[in-house]
Amino acid sequence: MTNNPASNDKQERIGVYVCHCGSNIAGTVDVEDVANWAGKQLQDQGVVIARDNKFMCSSSGQELIENDIKELGLTRVVVAACSPHLHEQTFRTACNRAGMNPYLCELVSIREQVSWVHTDKFAATEKSKAVVSGGVRRVVHHQPLEQLHVPIHPSTLVVGGGISGIQAALELADAGYPVYLVEREPSIGGHMAQFDKTFPTLDCSACILTPKMVSVGSHPKITLLTWSEVTQVEGYVGNFTVTIRKKARYVDDEICTGCGICQEKCPKKVIDQIYEAGLGYRKAIYTPFPQAVPKYPVIDRQNCIYFQKGTCKACEKFCPTNAIDFTQEDELITVQVGNIILATGYDLFDARRVSQYGYGRLANVFSNLEFERLSNAAGPTNGNIVLRDGVTVPKTVGIVHCVGSRDRNFNNYCSVICCMQGLKFAHIVHERTGATVYNFYIDMRTAYKAYDEFYQRVLEEGTLFVRGKVAEISDAARLPGEEGKLIIQVEDTLVGKQRRIPVDMVILSSGLEPRSDSKELAKLFGISCSADGWLIEKHPKLDPVATMTEGVFIAGCVQGPKDIPASVAQGSASAARVLGRIQQGEIAIEPIRASVDEGKCSGCRICNDLCPFNAILFHADRKVTEINPALCQGCGTCIAACPAGAISGSGFSDIQVLSQIDGLLLLDIDHSTLTQAV
Amino acid sequence: MTNYLFYPGCSMETSAKAYYESLMAITEILELNLIEIEDWNCCGATEYLGINLIPAYALISRNLALAKNQSNGSNTVVAPCSACYLNLAKADHYMLERPELGEKVNLALQAGGLFYKPGSLEIRHLLDILINDIGLETIKSKVTKPLKGLRVAPYLGCMVPRPDYKKRWSDHEHPVELDRLLIALGAEVIDFPLKTHCCGGHMPQISPSTAFELIRRLLHGADQYKADVLVTVCPMCQMNLDAFQAETNRHFHTNYKIPILFFTQLMGLAFGKEPKQLGFGRELVNAGLALSRIGLEAIETEASITQPKRTKKTGLPMPNMPADTEVNP
Amino acid sequence: MTSETVSQNITSPPLESNPNLRFLEEVSGATAGVARLEMCIQCGSCGGSCPSSADMDHTPRQLFAMVRAGMREEALSSNTPWICVSCYHCVVRCPQEVHIADVMYTLKSMAIRTKLYKDATAPDFSATFVDMVETYGRSFEFGLATRHYLKHFPLRLPGMAPMGLGLLTKQRMDITPNRIERIDELKRILQHAKELEAIQ
Repeated sequence: MTNNPASNDKQERIGVYVCHCGSNIAGTVDVEDVANWAGKQLQDQGVVIARDNKFMCSSSGQELIENDIKELGLTRVVVAACSPHLHEQTFRTACNRAGMNPYLCELVSIREQVSWVHTDKFAATEKSKAVVSGGVRRVVHHQPLEQLHVPIHPSTLVVGGGISGIQAALELADAGYPVYLVEREPSIGGHMAQFDKTFPTLDCSACILTPKMVSVGSHPKITLLTWSEVTQVEGYVGNFTVTIRKKARYVDDEICTGCGICQEKCPKKVIDQIYEAGLGYRKAIYTPFPQAVPKYPVIDRQNCIYFQKGTCKACEKFCPTNAIDFTQEDELITVQVGNIILATGYDLFDARRVSQYGYGRLANVFSNLEFERLSNAAGPTNGNIVLRDGVTVPKTVGIVHCVGSRDRNFNNYCSVICCMQGLKFAHIVHERTGATVYNFYIDMRTAYKAYDEFYQRVLEEGTLFVRGKVAEISDAARLPGEEGKLIIQVEDTLVGKQRRIPVDMVILSSGLEPRSDSKELAKLFGISCSADGWLIEKHPKLDPVATMTEGVFIAGCVQGPKDIPASVAQGSASAARVLGRIQQGEIAIEPIRASVDEGKCSGCRICNDLCPFNAILFHADRKVTEINPALCQGCGTCIAACPAGAISGSGFSDIQVLSQIDGLLLLDIDHSTLTQAV
Repeated sequence: MTNYLFYPGCSMETSAKAYYESLMAITEILELNLIEIEDWNCCGATEYLGINLIPAYALISRNLALAKNQSNGSNTVVAPCSACYLNLAKADHYMLERPELGEKVNLALQAGGLFYKPGSLEIRHLLDILINDIGLETIKSKVTKPLKGLRVAPYLGCMVPRPDYKKRWSDHEHPVELDRLLIALGAEVIDFPLKTHCCGGHMPQISPSTAFELIRRLLHGADQYKADVLVTVCPMCQMNLDAFQAETNRHFHTNYKIPILFFTQLMGLAFGKEPKQLGFGRELVNAGLALSRIGLEAIETEASITQPKRTKKTGLPMPNMPADTEVNP
Repeated sequence: MTSETVSQNITSPPLESNPNLRFLEEVSGATAGVARLEMCIQCGSCGGSCPSSADMDHTPRQLFAMVRAGMREEALSSNTPWICVSCYHCVVRCPQEVHIADVMYTLKSMAIRTKLYKDATAPDFSATFVDMVETYGRSFEFGLATRHYLKHFPLRLPGMAPMGLGLLTKQRMDITPNRIERIDELKRILQHAKELEAIQ
């Protein structure tokens, strides 16, 4: 027996459990061999029992561990199975139940790191033995750790006042907890406020949205901050300190009655690029739409004659309550919240990028949002579907699906709602104008409740469907009958011929894109976003509203394109998660975190700027660095960076890691034993 | 003086002589030094590629290998002909994208004692060099006789803006480069929607009816928008639209008389050179009448009804493209 | 197969003897660059963009469906690749980035090799062109035109006389060919290239 210099004075009693995982591991690794080997060869390191089991994560598997702890007086446990991501919690909890500190259990992966990546069974078995040996050497140095408990502040911040954010805010507020709802635009409502009708029920969008908006506006528990943006977020789950910039409205909302005289009298007309999608006008002082919540207007500095030239002030002159205040300034307020829900929605794909469709060049090619405004009774044409001249009713209309989506030249993904949207437009055009309608599609994606039935309805109405992705939209007439029209050139794939179809108006069902500043948003809140720009959920299947950062949730289109029912569902889901936290009153935080040995810290501050979670503070008086245990996520960056080795990570101390390496290299173990079973 | 390796292409010596003459006439003004690749061979146009993969790419790459050997500090090959440009660029691109193709081609080149490392040369079209390297400001400054009064339809053809491996052009469908150049020369540029539609390439020799239809579309378009001349960057396009215009007219019983010129010819005119120096007179559809319009006040012509006016007094706000204000003020 | 596409994995012969797959792999392997034919979702952008599709037996999209279905004879005897004008509209618009134009070239060469083409006009033209280039190193339009038109469009010749004359008098056509100096070097290169092509 060789002398093992790494063993403690009082040797630990280690149990090793090797899992078959059905055939996932056992198909490649000789699991019994590994267990037998560990039981024999690692005895001098403290292994008193080594077992193998078909499914360690099953109740019987867990019971094995629990019984051994009780009966054999185990002080450490090593489980060789799947990745810690999946079952670390399971085995830690099992150990806890048996009375052992859960952090004295180590799970080493012989599945993701061995059986799933190697085909050579002999080599895989040898590697598993090395992995187990590493785990055993390491676990000896584990210390019992206790989770940190932090209180949860009952207030919540909801960023984004679209339907998803509104839903989340209402759920929380109705449950009795305070909510701060921050919205960038002067009014809440989001994109849904711009729509005319919603599929498949053809409900008037504003009619179903505005009651919720009014509830938000009048709810005693909701603090509505519109025309505002979040500028800074500090803290950690349960205890966030958020700074919000309330942009100056130049209107005193304590006095303003929302009468609207200022908007009438304002002489400066501006094209409304946001709410009216560039099709209509607003004034320099405006509320985006009549049902705006809150009803107070804002002044657009870039276009206000007073701010640009120093004259006018018509609004001030005519305001009956003297609510105009040109001296107003942006205000920074700070709030304390326990959780944050991000529901900032989407941006529309800019169809100008698809130059063959002529959007932006050709007058009568409209985007989906533009068409919604045309069709909306409160829109620039009072709900009349007309061409760009404002007068002519189109006799033929072409609706193009898949614009900017499912296209490697633009966005790979499918935007989910465009097919239904295209059908909705077809229905509306039929109803209002009696025009001939063509829909051009690649596939018809009408998956959810009552969606395919809606497709059937549109078929019955006589819409002409052409299966083909539109190749080109042009005003260059080639054949007689094309003069003065827009020509849609497409291959009708079901017929197998190219067709040129003259229409009066084209509606592009453009796709959805993440907000242009989604990367900055993600950074601000300390979460990640994908390469596309959508914010990343904790698990795409099983946890779509949580993020990897505790305390920050996402809901609605900010997570990916979806329709209104799904956005509402996610708004409620995220609110439910937050409510669960608030009810618990406190949250347990993983004790795997870094700490500074002040005796060794030289105050060089190299680590200070490295922390991605802003968990590091510097005490200038004592010239030492301290790590806030609640904020620290245990990423290890500072530990690696410290030149003095003053920072160590509980659960990842130097001696633990180095011992694991020794174990992997099978130091002090006779390598010839690897090939012998006994 | 900026140096470039110059790949003229077979047509420069014969069918596109006017292109060559007008190009040579302006190189000095623009301080452009075009060094012809020594003993270059035909790029194979679109014919070779349809027969054999490796011989086709070997044929093209011999030129690249020769250019690289000759390279005296300049790593850029300039080709004025669109097909040559595309072939050279394509060979370089695919040899990089698929290393086994590159290996085989180099094995073939070895038989001639040559070698080419894919990616070691920049291959660019003449128009690209003029706009991006020489620059519009410089070009504008050399204009002594602006082409005021001449309505020009800019026609780029298909192989220059597409497939555009190195993303040099502003757009695949409606690039504004040629428009901007012509505006800098003082001409009136029409917003030609067919500016990148195909002229038919070698189709007159293969399927005349197909070819004539493609040619007709372009002539019809230029006519519809009341263009005085159609300006092109490619010898093949000029040949098809010019030399075959008569046959196209016969085929469709039309009577188009649209002169087809190379953009370098217009540049030469604007720089004050004599038409004779610029190859004028070599075109089959005489450009004389159109040229006489330069300097005259533009007659108020009614643009075709398919192109609505940009400024509207009633109705909804007109759509806009960011590049609009520059090209269509 | 993980993220590799079919076309990248051509070096070894396919393990299964699925006839449909074989033709697809053959075409992908013989195409410059990575063809990505298997990525086609049959959207029809290519057929919709093609300026000469009216004269084609099959739209480009249909042709690719045939290739994927292993319909060798039909695909190679279709006139589609010969009517393709190489305008690259389809290539830049294809949402799946299929190298359409290059697949057309491949189908042309395969049609020639298997002699499955129906109309000899285009193959002959290419062959004549190639002949000129291999003899002189440069294209020789006069020789090409006379040989080709005499064989395929003799009736057009009288009508084309004015154009021909016009080009000659304006010195846009040479009656004698231009040659490169090191034609032997070129011939050696092409010879070796043909041998390499035959091997693969």
